[in-house]
Amino acid sequence: MVSEELDEKGLRPAGAQSAAGPAAPEDPAGVGPADLSLAYESGVEVKARSQWAYARMRFFRHRLAVASLVVLILIALVGVFAPQLAPYGYDELDLDNTTRSPTLEDWHLFGTDQLGRDYLSRVIFGIRTSLWVAVFVALVSTALGTAVGALAGYYGGRVDNLLMRFTDLILTLPGLAVLLTASVFFGSGDPLKIGLILAFLFWTAVARIVRGLFLSLREKEFVEAAKAAGASDLRIIVRHMLPNCIGPIIVNTTLVVAGAILVEAALSFLGFGIQPPNAALGKLISDGQGEGFELWWLVTFPGLVIVVIALCINFVGDGLRDALDPTQRRVRA
Amino acid sequence: MLKSKPILTIRDLTVEFDTEDGVVHAVTDVSYDLHPGEVLGVVGESGSGKSVSMLSMLGLIRVPPGRIVNGEAIFKSEDLLKLSPDRLREIRGGSIAMIFQDPMTALNPVLTIGDQISEAIKAHNPGTNGNAARKRTIELLEIVGVPAAERRVDQFPHEFSGGMRQRAMIAMAIANDPSVLVADEPTTALDVTIQAQIVEVLKTAQRETQAAIVLITHDLGLIAELADRVVVMYAGRVVELGDVFSIFNSPRHPYTVGLLNSLARLDTDKEWLEPIPGQPPSLITPPPGCAFHPRCAQSQGRTICRTDVPELRAFGESGDHQSACHFAEELESARVRVGAVS
Repeated sequence: MVSEELDEKGLRPAGAQSAAGPAAPEDPAGVGPADLSLAYESGVEVKARSQWAYARMRFFRHRLAVASLVVLILIALVGVFAPQLAPYGYDELDLDNTTRSPTLEDWHLFGTDQLGRDYLSRVIFGIRTSLWVAVFVALVSTALGTAVGALAGYYGGRVDNLLMRFTDLILTLPGLAVLLTASVFFGSGDPLKIGLILAFLFWTAVARIVRGLFLSLREKEFVEAAKAAGASDLRIIVRHMLPNCIGPIIVNTTLVVAGAILVEAALSFLGFGIQPPNAALGKLISDGQGEGFELWWLVTFPGLVIVVIALCINFVGDGLRDALDPTQRRVRA
Repeated sequence: MLKSKPILTIRDLTVEFDTEDGVVHAVTDVSYDLHPGEVLGVVGESGSGKSVSMLSMLGLIRVPPGRIVNGEAIFKSEDLLKLSPDRLREIRGGSIAMIFQDPMTALNPVLTIGDQISEAIKAHNPGTNGNAARKRTIELLEIVGVPAAERRVDQFPHEFSGGMRQRAMIAMAIANDPSVLVADEPTTALDVTIQAQIVEVLKTAQRETQAAIVLITHDLGLIAELADRVVVMYAGRVVELGDVFSIFNSPRHPYTVGLLNSLARLDTDKEWLEPIPGQPPSLITPPPGCAFHPRCAQSQGRTICRTDVPELRAFGESGDHQSACHFAEELESARVRVGAVS
């Protein structure tokens, strides 16, 4: 248990039980979460802070994570506003201007490909597709995994056995083979379908994490107390237990985003993911790889973007882990 | 008061747990009544079945390994042991509420105090809007003496001291105007000065709700302070029950006598406390006959103590004082040793 500043005003002899007593000195004018640091330094009574406020403080102390978050947000914005930002359309052909190396002329910063499409625009739209798929995968797989893990951990016994053996089954599947088969079977090219297939493979990790947490949480006295207060199973799971797992779940979600981007790239690279003329980062690399070093920009730029995104997400995930789980914090200078 | 119709009648409750070492006989043939508005103290050592009898009644023991073998618990003409899980859930936290031993762990660390109390209100009054629940929550916190309730309602458990948390637990328990309040060692986890405050809060809570309180404790001081009647449990059985004065003034069971003798008191001139010799018995293979006989000063090796389980027998003119000892009559003289409570 984290020990925090206790409000001394709270310790009042039992005699003074009636009327709430003179409301303890109000927090100095609006000491909200925004001016926390000020309250600290001046030694003023510190206002109630939620775990989120603490987590935020700890996160913002983690410089690499904050920088990564900024970069990620920028990249995401580029993806979201791709139609506005890209100088050309992603499928705009210009057969007079094929395979130009990166140049400032006509805004072909990343050059053009074999069909004269502006590569900067294609990378921008690639970011849009790849991020969309990755976030979709992360959300769906987290929801699914959390539900499975929570049910297994809360009810235990036969339910646990059934759900976890199913999870093990999914885990033992050779991922890439399943992905390739599924994308052939369901038809590939549609980002939504790719997202669903990936989500189906990505939920197992979070299911195991949540199950483990639930197994220990359900022995906690506050769960028993909630039961004694007449809370239903669903209420106990959603209101009392899930909020206690939110840290690990969030961290895992960020890691899934990174993983999904990489796997989607691999899938597209192998020709089973997003289909042309749609641009996805992996697809761009695969299109460019046949050209070797001659047209180096075709592989380099989308590759760089993938690396940057994946790295940044991992750093942010790291920062979140430290921020949300202070008990496992490494000592940092 | 004692002649009123009991609000809760427990008869022959027997609870067992399956463990790897064998079957634990946690509660055996326990019977007692709870009358409206009274405070019933349930006393006994750790593992004597005090809590389990209450928890099993409310469906709060895990089945398996737990098992309710026998008995009934009639609450307002319903047998709690036969109710559907849904009906039982309505009763839990509604007409029967519970206060837990350790307020440090019984509150959810990630929800504000206010959230948790309004939670209890909403669970039993579906459709209560947030504002009404919040107002009621603040009111409850004021009743149990949390200062600046308006502000503290939005704080988290870690911002509350132990005593304040226990107050919040009590507020939660009385949120739905229960008619029975089960307090499971409500002061054990608190330090002494806070204990006294919490006793006051419990009294307030009872005044507010008119609830009957089942006070589970091993603190005889707390019993003397609060209880109207006392049930003494040993090795999963009721060994003595009666009103608090009979129990303290003329205990009829050697175990009760032992408990009283081991109590540090300011009104007697004892140099040494007298502990009860020996260890609490194993509940897997309890001693044959009277479970207390290996530690009993009264038994003195008499055969019947080792062969026959003593029945509860009534003493005194009202018949309310009962003891399960073969030689309860011999304890008349023990009164002198124990010293009377005024």
